[in-house]
Amino acid sequence: MAAKRRTDEMRDRVVLGEFGVRNVHTTDFPGNYSGYDDAWDQRRFEQAFRVDVIREEGDELEFDMVGIDAAIANAFRRILLAEVPTMAVEKVFVYNNTSIVQDEILAHRLGLIPIRADPRLFEYRNQGDEEGTEIDTLQFQLKIKCSRNSQAAKESSDPNELYFNHKVYSKHMTWVPLGNQTDLFPDADFRPVHDDILIALLRPGQEIDVLMHCVKGIGKDHAKFSPVATASYRLLPDITLLQPIEDEAAELLQKCFSPGVIEIQNVKGKKVARVANARLDTFSREVFRHESLKNLVRLARVRNHYIFSVESTGILPPDVLVSEAIKILMGKCQRFLNELDSVPME
Amino acid sequence: MSHSNGPARATSSALKLSIARTLEHFFSPHSWQVRTGGNCITFTLLNEDHMLGNALQYMVMKNPDVEFCGYCITHPSESKINFQIQTRGALPAVEPFQKGLNDLMGRSMKEYRAQREEEIQ
Repeated sequence: MAAKRRTDEMRDRVVLGEFGVRNVHTTDFPGNYSGYDDAWDQRRFEQAFRVDVIREEGDELEFDMVGIDAAIANAFRRILLAEVPTMAVEKVFVYNNTSIVQDEILAHRLGLIPIRADPRLFEYRNQGDEEGTEIDTLQFQLKIKCSRNSQAAKESSDPNELYFNHKVYSKHMTWVPLGNQTDLFPDADFRPVHDDILIALLRPGQEIDVLMHCVKGIGKDHAKFSPVATASYRLLPDITLLQPIEDEAAELLQKCFSPGVIEIQNVKGKKVARVANARLDTFSREVFRHESLKNLVRLARVRNHYIFSVESTGILPPDVLVSEAIKILMGKCQRFLNELDSVPME
Repeated sequence: MSHSNGPARATSSALKLSIARTLEHFFSPHSWQVRTGGNCITFTLLNEDHMLGNALQYMVMKNPDVEFCGYCITHPSESKINFQIQTRGALPAVEPFQKGLNDLMGRSMKEYRAQREEEIQ
């Protein structure tokens, strides 16, 4: 019985010890454990697998995936970061730039601005195509000139009073439809996601007049194409008290963990500690610094329960991003399967 | 650059253009090269990295007929992986590769559906 419990712990939990982490790697492959059938079974997977959305506010999404392995969870994280396509400024045609921001710095900054345009409506640009066509390019114009405000008070030193248009914001970028884009996208409102991104500062007489081409790309190529502010995951914490902990030790234990993890209950007049919500813990491992508590607690993580946190830059809502990521993984698999079928094997 | 599609179908020109562009972007003529000796096979998958490599390795290892499966990135400056499968006995090694891809697709499909159900609620 104890041996089975130990085996189960090895299979299901990543244990955080005082000086290291144990059972890190996935070992549940067929043949490793006698008595366990670890071969891939779609039905067994479907029974055990579930997705729970915990929180969805605006651009942030927190959801749980239970029943998958680290390899797959990491694949989704990597796809969210690097392979979900978006539109971003790629080519900047500078007609006039007399500001103190150099052309290439200005172009770099413009590229990093997230553009609210659904990338699924556009195609990738052909390699070697310099001009761009209406199905793969969005054109924006930024034309702004700073001038002096003659009505300003004589002694004023506030730039907001003295000058007009001295701050170039992303709201000054205007969409210039190419070809038949006005017919293709009649209701579309292509603009940067945020209006208040400061691009450059000007003084009277300085002018910026640029034309920008947005193309579809992926984060692998340049980080500006990444659709997520970040996407990360962590494993569900699992805290077990190996012995009952009471009174002062219970108070100390509560302080060792993040607030809300350990709660103290009154049982027959004594204060007893209980694990209330292990999910909230950030695992600072403060417990291991106290000799009296070190051996009374087991810190572990549940190996197949992933808490994903996806924050979008605003181009696509985060649940759409996760769906797109899954579609991309399916597309990759399908592509290789098609190639295997088409090319004969010797 | 040739597409390995089936026979040409009568599609609208816009759709054809769209398909052509997507294929050209992702599809290179030698997406995989193979060295094989029956029950051991090494694929070189171009334009891939840990994302597909690790996920596919996990799915192939779950196959009880597979004796060895691993992937490596030959050089970090080149985006390609060597993916090797070795099977017990006389099973041709391409089969676990196909099965692994199908399983990964099936798994993604299930996750997609589960995610969509979550969205609806």
